[in-house]
Amino acid sequence: MDWLALTLSIKLSLVTLLFLLPIGIVFGRYLAYKQFFGKSLLQTLLTLPLVLPPTVLGYYMLVAFSPNQGLGLWLANTFGARLVFNFEGLVLASIIFNLPFAIQPMQRAFAAIPREIREAAACCGMSPGRILWKIELPLAWQGIVSAMVMCFAHTLGEFGIVLMVGGNIPAETQTIAISIYDRVQAFDDQAASIMSLSLLLFSMLTISLTYWLTERSETKHV
Amino acid sequence: MFKLYSFLLLFSVSSSLIAADIPAIAAASSMKFALNDIVDAFHKETGKTVRISYSSSGNLTRQIQQGAPYQLFLSANNQYINQLYQRQLTENKGISFALGRLALLSNKSIPLDPSNQLDGLKAMLQQQEIHHFAIANPTHAPYGIAAREVLKNQGLWQLIQEHLVLGENAAQATQFVSSGAAEMALVSYSLALAPAIQKTTHSVLISSALHKPLNQAAVLLKNAGDTAKLFFRFLQQDESRQILSHYGYSKP
Repeated sequence: MDWLALTLSIKLSLVTLLFLLPIGIVFGRYLAYKQFFGKSLLQTLLTLPLVLPPTVLGYYMLVAFSPNQGLGLWLANTFGARLVFNFEGLVLASIIFNLPFAIQPMQRAFAAIPREIREAAACCGMSPGRILWKIELPLAWQGIVSAMVMCFAHTLGEFGIVLMVGGNIPAETQTIAISIYDRVQAFDDQAASIMSLSLLLFSMLTISLTYWLTERSETKHV
Repeated sequence: MFKLYSFLLLFSVSSSLIAADIPAIAAASSMKFALNDIVDAFHKETGKTVRISYSSSGNLTRQIQQGAPYQLFLSANNQYINQLYQRQLTENKGISFALGRLALLSNKSIPLDPSNQLDGLKAMLQQQEIHHFAIANPTHAPYGIAAREVLKNQGLWQLIQEHLVLGENAAQATQFVSSGAAEMALVSYSLALAPAIQKTTHSVLISSALHKPLNQAAVLLKNAGDTAKLFFRFLQQDESRQILSHYGYSKP
């Protein structure tokens, strides 16, 4: 069992969630409530990663972050930052890749909140921040949780892009999915099967835990 | 509607039958450019063609063991072929058709030390001039195994750990350098000599005394058809040998 790779994968998933939670809430809420010029273009862009092959994103990352030219050169010179072959690069890729998985369920959850409730709260003198905290989030939280679970599972299983821009560095970019692949290539079926089984059980556990939490809260609210 | 559907069905089935005349060949990614030229020459001479899947030799061995329908396997070392022979997936142990060499490859943005023993590399690593040094994954890529051997023999293996990035195969490790994502790599000389790679990189041939010989080996699999057998013979003829020597391969 490659614990280093498993902890790295979990860390990657959690860090990705940390970024996607606010991004999802802001974009999901905005898209649910507002009509504006270019909305369908924005929605298209945000849904794009759903159908885009991971290799396309991998290719653009390699091109964009190559320290020889353009953006990559600027990043390297200004911040000393390099986004290929490191953890931060994988985080960025995961965020982009999970945008539709985070935004869409949240958008649906916010859209399901009746407008009258929000307006009533505003009429009672509640500040927008307080409405979000006291009214919207409690009503939309199931959509938010399910979005987060999808993103978590999706990041855990990320493979193609990590293979393209990761460079297979232990504790940096060698995720559990890559480690399993490596063991299979090395004819080490025993290690591969132990890791695959653990990942299977871990994923099932995470998802069923979330369902359980959501159901419990439903009965509590009713 | 039904007519159209059955036509499409028939068409897709028949086109796959035609494709069956074009054998699938598994080849080490390090041979990519040389082999593409050989396939072109083969097509000119015989009018026949082949389909090639490039990957690391270990990965391809794995696929063949799982029943992948390749008719010919070109590996960057003969151990993998012996492994297939022991499992009775091939009739014989095949042939060594060329000897591969390693090259130190650097992106043009980095000055390259002309030594063939990696003399200047230690200083470059210590002065942090190199962020990322790429090799093919030594768990399943022969050029990765050879690169690790060279680095160990020159006492650089420990020092290079924090800079090491692994390509899925020799071609990916090369791509890391040509794109500038990594500054340097130890990969096959045949890839370094390809015009597309030379545009963005410099290379130095590494002394063959620093690693075990890289026997480029070929073996026909049990389901090999006529075209695959013809290509196997073509690989050993003068025209192929010329192309191979052009890409830095020597006689075995």
